[in-house]
Amino acid sequence: MTTTSREASGHAPECGAAGGRPAAPAWGRRPRRRAHDSARHWAAVGFAAPLLAYLAVFYAYPLWRNIELSVHDYTVRAFVQGDPAFAGFEKYAEVLASGSFGTALVNTAVFTLVSIGFQYAIGLALAVFFHANFRLSGVLRALFLVPWLLPLIVSSSTWAWMLNSDHGIVNSVIEAFGGTQINWLTSPDTALAAVIIANIWLGVPFNLVILHAGLQQIPAEVYEAASLDGASARQRFWRITLPLLRPVSAITLLLGFIYTLKVVDVVWIMTTGGPGDASLTLAVWSYREAFGTGQPDFSPAAAIGNLLIVIALVFGFVHLRMQRRWEDA
Amino acid sequence: MTDRSWPKTVLGIVFTAFMLFPVYWMVNVSLTPTGDLRRSTPNWFPSEPTFEGYAAALSQQLPSLATSLVVGLGCVAVTVVIAAPAGYALAVLKLRGGRTLNFLLLVAQMIPAVVMAMGFYAIYVRLGLLNTVWGLIVADSTIAVPFGVLLYTTFMAGIPADLVHAARIDGAGTWRTFTAVVLPVSRNSTLTVSLFAFLWAWSDFIFASTLSRSGEFVPITLGIYQYIGNNTTQWNAIMATAVVASLPAAILLVVAQRYVAAGVTAGAVKD
Repeated sequence: MTTTSREASGHAPECGAAGGRPAAPAWGRRPRRRAHDSARHWAAVGFAAPLLAYLAVFYAYPLWRNIELSVHDYTVRAFVQGDPAFAGFEKYAEVLASGSFGTALVNTAVFTLVSIGFQYAIGLALAVFFHANFRLSGVLRALFLVPWLLPLIVSSSTWAWMLNSDHGIVNSVIEAFGGTQINWLTSPDTALAAVIIANIWLGVPFNLVILHAGLQQIPAEVYEAASLDGASARQRFWRITLPLLRPVSAITLLLGFIYTLKVVDVVWIMTTGGPGDASLTLAVWSYREAFGTGQPDFSPAAAIGNLLIVIALVFGFVHLRMQRRWEDA
Repeated sequence: MTDRSWPKTVLGIVFTAFMLFPVYWMVNVSLTPTGDLRRSTPNWFPSEPTFEGYAAALSQQLPSLATSLVVGLGCVAVTVVIAAPAGYALAVLKLRGGRTLNFLLLVAQMIPAVVMAMGFYAIYVRLGLLNTVWGLIVADSTIAVPFGVLLYTTFMAGIPADLVHAARIDGAGTWRTFTAVVLPVSRNSTLTVSLFAFLWAWSDFIFASTLSRSGEFVPITLGIYQYIGNNTTQWNAIMATAVVASLPAAILLVVAQRYVAAGVTAGAVKD
């Protein structure tokens, strides 16, 4: 059982790989143990080798190529011949100075924050609703997963057709209630709202499932005690559910943030970031520069992508810190 | 209890119906005759269902479906072959520097796919791997491998040490312990990882639209996308293709709902 105690000590905060290991108990059988340890060590390396090679070739190398793209001036010709001129941070400066940058940044913020705000609120409301086990609740909860499992192209094109100006069902309903036709996807005023609506729909299942799992970890006794003390349903929600759900909520929101930041498919399929730049986010902008037009512009696209990585990593570290604090607690 | 829960069930059905309306609408449009598609008030129900959309979809998209199937299965194989041993190394063999590796995997999951796509594109152009099934399998697997390793590691860390010890005492080496004890015990993790690796590869649009835009190997997501670009009049055919493309997700949800839920919560909720 030395292994387990070692593992436990290895999990103590900031006790690095080389950190103090309790060697004393194994003193008597040192030679054999060391041989055994070293064999196990090499076996571990062997089993991890495919992953390490994979990460190096299929993660590190593409990322490296991406950085390389962003600091060179890659024209289509230079791309094929492989002799681009070095540009330093010129491409980054171009991107930051571009008229689209401000729009894309604001759109990204609105898209992400509004999306995850609604996804979380709706997901939580549904999680609380489904937490009371009623008849069919399991089946219905499973059905709620459907939007999340569908290929994004399927849901995005369905939404695009539903929001179609002339033949879409949404406008048909609006007109039936006396409203006027809204050009959801083709008007600069509503394009961003339209893709946000579709994206909220896509994200609700994920929030529902995770928050529902979180609710199930809250001991029933807490609610029983609160009921005995005469707490109303509303008080139980605000005083028990929400505070006890905080760690799960934080993780859900942060994961949602990181995922939403990366979204390209939904926006691209519904509006291609348009009309103009009306629904352009940073990720979509990067995609548009590189692959969206007939004229691929990889260098600025890579620069935008790298900026996006930096933003994602900042929030990623916040996520990791929170998760670690939560695990240690 | 039962009597009092009926209103909630009704409400739950209403919520679910509302949520699934777009899915219903997709099916409805796929069955609508072409002539009725352009009416200003759409038909709420497929009163005269037609299968012309499905006929058009199947006659044109069958190769794409096959491509996506191959890519999905290839992606499952790559993911499991890399992730399962890595999970064993991290969780059971206590790989040194395991924490760092776990951390790298979490970071890897935060990298936007569009960035990976550009990197892969730049590499594939030189190697002539654009528009190849293998190229797409490898690129798609990058979505699933970090998730797979983390899922396997979490599960395998919970395998009782006695079980592994007993295998060693019986004379099994690390490889034999892995294949005869750890892998069979981790069957459910393998199912969850495979399910998500398949679904993600099947649903992928970004890698498909960048790495295999042309050529004979076009996956179904791109098939639908090009369909939209080519004939915007035949939305019943587009939606019929969409319905067919949704079938794997639907089947997996029915057959393996437990594993789906396990995968969604993995990493976000600790037991």
